[in-house]
Amino acid sequence: MNGLVMKSTVPITLTFLFGFFLLFVNVSELSAQQPAANQSAKPSVDARIGYLRAYEPQLALSVLDIPPRDEGVAGANVAISDNNTTGKFLGQQFTLDVTETKFNADVVPAFKEMVARGDRFILADVSAKQLLSIADIAKDAGVLLFNIGATDDILREEECRPNVFHTAPTRSMLADGLAQYLVWKQWRKWVLLYGSHENDKLYADAVRRAASRFGATIVEERLYEDRGTARRTDSGVVLVQQQMPVFTQNLPEHDVVIVADESEVFGSYVPYRTWTPRPVVGTAGLVASSWHPASEQWGGVQIQSRFAKMTGRRMLSKDMQAWTAARILGEAITRTKSAETKQVEDYIKSDEFSIAAFKGQKLTFRNWNWQLRQPILIGDGHGVVSTSPQAGFLHQFSELDTLGVDRPETKCRLK
Amino acid sequence: MRHHMCLLAAAAALPFLAQPGWANMVYVSNEKGNSITVVDSTSMEVVKTIDVGQRPRGITISPDGKIVYVCASDDDTVQMIDTSTGKIVGTLPSGPDPELFILSPDGKTLYVANENDNLVTVINVETRAVVAEIPVGVEPEGMGVSPDGKTIVNTSETTNMAHFIDTSTHQITDNVLVDSRPRYAQFKPDGSEVWVSAEIGGTVSVIDNKTRAVKHKITFDIQGLRSEQIQPVGIRISADGKKAYVALGPANRVAVINAETYEVEKYVLVGQRVWQLAFMPDGKTIISTNGLSNDITFIDTATDEPIKSVTVGQLPWGVAVAPN
Repeated sequence: MNGLVMKSTVPITLTFLFGFFLLFVNVSELSAQQPAANQSAKPSVDARIGYLRAYEPQLALSVLDIPPRDEGVAGANVAISDNNTTGKFLGQQFTLDVTETKFNADVVPAFKEMVARGDRFILADVSAKQLLSIADIAKDAGVLLFNIGATDDILREEECRPNVFHTAPTRSMLADGLAQYLVWKQWRKWVLLYGSHENDKLYADAVRRAASRFGATIVEERLYEDRGTARRTDSGVVLVQQQMPVFTQNLPEHDVVIVADESEVFGSYVPYRTWTPRPVVGTAGLVASSWHPASEQWGGVQIQSRFAKMTGRRMLSKDMQAWTAARILGEAITRTKSAETKQVEDYIKSDEFSIAAFKGQKLTFRNWNWQLRQPILIGDGHGVVSTSPQAGFLHQFSELDTLGVDRPETKCRLK
Repeated sequence: MRHHMCLLAAAAALPFLAQPGWANMVYVSNEKGNSITVVDSTSMEVVKTIDVGQRPRGITISPDGKIVYVCASDDDTVQMIDTSTGKIVGTLPSGPDPELFILSPDGKTLYVANENDNLVTVINVETRAVVAEIPVGVEPEGMGVSPDGKTIVNTSETTNMAHFIDTSTHQITDNVLVDSRPRYAQFKPDGSEVWVSAEIGGTVSVIDNKTRAVKHKITFDIQGLRSEQIQPVGIRISADGKKAYVALGPANRVAVINAETYEVEKYVLVGQRVWQLAFMPDGKTIISTNGLSNDITFIDTATDEPIKSVTVGQLPWGVAVAPN
């Protein structure tokens, strides 16, 4: 068993199919009626974009936070539809090829099957470990990977790869975005509560790094051990109500409580239950992310309504990360009029490249590790509170490089 | 009707014969204020505020100055305001989320960009009926019309194209790729070129209207500002075709460009988030809307110095000036 559960050549939604319909209608119209128009002379381009996903339903402390079944894939589908609307004018056609494996499966066999089907551009929503298991095979096969899920800094540092682009922000970018806001608010004394799982500790590391970078002080840290008892149960809320105040008792004077709990074991229980009344930020409360379902600035209304219309739900960060990756490919294929890996890669890696993604400025890649520079949204369950970088955090080249690991500190050596 | 057409033709041919010093009403759409502010161009003071539908953005005025058209984006309609009474006298079936539109030179046809539906809707203003819907790229926004009325150009913000549409057939004849988030399309008065601003790309593409190819790309460089802050939006070109003005969004400036050499000659500091522009009929003044400072700025086109800023409503977006 290779862990392959489901594979399909997606276009599932009606809108998507309709996009195809339009495409054929228009291409034939163009070539039939306007042979002289400059776009119809172009040869047609067939661009397959793969989507590799390691999936299992995730637990969350609040039922509102349980990720939707199509998280990420939905964003890629909307981008494919956008690319096809553009493509119909140029004789270009985009399709999405989705492959899903079990959460902790070996993804290599599934990946190899995608390559055998002809996928040369693959969006990967897999763990750091899984991504590294395919990165070098991908390189040998001439495949470009887009990491749309993993926030691990190591993928952009020690384990960076020349054929892996990252549209997901790193934990350090998220923590820096949050830290800049806290410092701008003059909330400089932090308490750090972190979970016992590996990813929680990595988030806590990013918070510690951000504190030292932006002049904040972590006055105390506390570890919350996952004993497997705190999850949502009938009596859980009652227990938690008594547990959280005690857990946050006798802390030194502090401005905010930062929770580092990506595993959703205790973090969402902290707000409103701390011993002293303090704002809660981090993975619960005020959260830093690449997108927010309520972001409407910078033309965001358009993508939000397009997404909602097509999927029936609001757009989440992973949807935006997948949308951005698939749009980057669309942009490169439109501009180069080619779906050849070499041309597409050269264009994305050139100075000419930039992408608009409803964040108020053009986004570009850091050419030392192929991480997408991007503003970080700071929001709660209700709306966007702020966007980092904050005013006054200056940088020699790009203010966006005040978020995350910058060129002089990078451990990435691209070969 | 024929008589009316002749008058219009005469007015179009001799735009500068009007006496200077005439007071013209300036109509400003306030995106968040859900209102139109009316400013007297001579006194440069607010004379009236008209409540309109939700999220008014695109605004234009009929050639005879009698009707102001406003895109009430969130109400999915175009509202018509009688300029003599300041009352809303009708609506046009614009299709969903109208953002920007352009009136044909004869004032009879309105072309509306429907941002959410990837369409341009063509409306007969007299019958108030939809004549055609033209599928375009993702997030259509900018609309320009050639002086002869035969061609319209629509820009689509995520597709990054300028679509050239033949107004007799309602078919797209050419698609020209430009830089990221094209916002606005403006023909030169002689019809030889179309200028298209790219908000995120930070450029203005000059498209040759004969070859339908980009012949020049104008870039901007302002000392002390990062390139990401320079986001070109509204464009106006003087009647003699010699000078162009480009609103630069969060750069808070209007660029003054020699429209023959494409050199940027000056940056005029106005207000925050400069969005759209409109000339006074005599061409001696140009007005900018400054969204975040909630004001408009009158700029003297002889000196290219700001004359005065006037506070209007919340988040001013577009501006139209009554003809003489």
